[in-house]
Amino acid sequence: MNPAPADGTRTDWNTGRALVRPHVVTGGRGTPSRNTLDHITLITAAREDLTDLGPEQCRLMRVCLGGWLSVAEVAANLRLPTSVTKVLLADLVDSGHITATAPAAPAGIPGEQLLKDVLDGLRALL
Amino acid sequence: MGSALSSDTTATYLRPTVARAAKILITGHFAVGKTTFVRTLSEIEPLQTEEVMTRAGALVDDLTWVAGKTTTTVAIDFGRRTLSDSLVLYLFGTPGQDRFTHLWDGIARGSLGALVLADTRRLADSFSVVERLEAMGLPYAVAINRFDNSPRYSGQELRHALDLLPETPLVACDARDRASSAHAVIALVDHLLHHQPREHV
Repeated sequence: MNPAPADGTRTDWNTGRALVRPHVVTGGRGTPSRNTLDHITLITAAREDLTDLGPEQCRLMRVCLGGWLSVAEVAANLRLPTSVTKVLLADLVDSGHITATAPAAPAGIPGEQLLKDVLDGLRALL
Repeated sequence: MGSALSSDTTATYLRPTVARAAKILITGHFAVGKTTFVRTLSEIEPLQTEEVMTRAGALVDDLTWVAGKTTTTVAIDFGRRTLSDSLVLYLFGTPGQDRFTHLWDGIARGSLGALVLADTRRLADSFSVVERLEAMGLPYAVAINRFDNSPRYSGQELRHALDLLPETPLVACDARDRASSAHAVIALVDHLLHHQPREHV
């Protein structure tokens, strides 16, 4: 269930979580360099070149190289808190390694078209 | 389970054409069936995100707790359902208990609204959940998750007990049943479309 990662990161055998505190992962920084990422921002890798990236950034990039996922799914896959994942991701967006979609409801108020599309999609499930 | 190796990644990627994501919160008191509901509608095995809070309950979104504050993490179950070639819906099973109040600020951001699951055996436990949503201004619908031995009340009795506005949808559902659960989310989104102020795009 919790194989030892090849990058040498120590992992807690009971929880599968890395045995370093989250701020170590983020290089000691607590806030993301951008505030545009939320749980459902969709992201994917924009570059395959992983040189100069730290081990946690490489882990993140390997997950993102496979296609599009939400920030929450990437965090769950890495077993990192969402807040930590956002700090890592923000740097990778800044460096051009990660592409992120704009939020669907930028003003915080969902548009009519989005609601209609959600409704149509749900009705198609019936 | 996931590991650090890409070859072992368990991620189920989205269709490459998906360009928009929407989020709905599935909330309610302890053991009301949130996780079951999310699982029923999700196309993937539900995942968990970890949200960091201080012991006092404050959400720590910026990691300033590195100064040594005691913190705790709260696991949030979530699932996803692709609704069309271009749109995916995420469902976040968000705990409704008062001690998670500060979790809400982060989780609710960008969500369309909330579906409150309620159990008629523990109706009073839903009061604080509904109150919080009203205080936050997050639109919601209520779905009574029917358990085999739960008492049945009329819609009028339930509306009165929960002090719902006339336009707030109140539906019954079985969180184990996909069509029934989809109907409950439809009631919420239909309400958002027809009764909530919003910007025209």
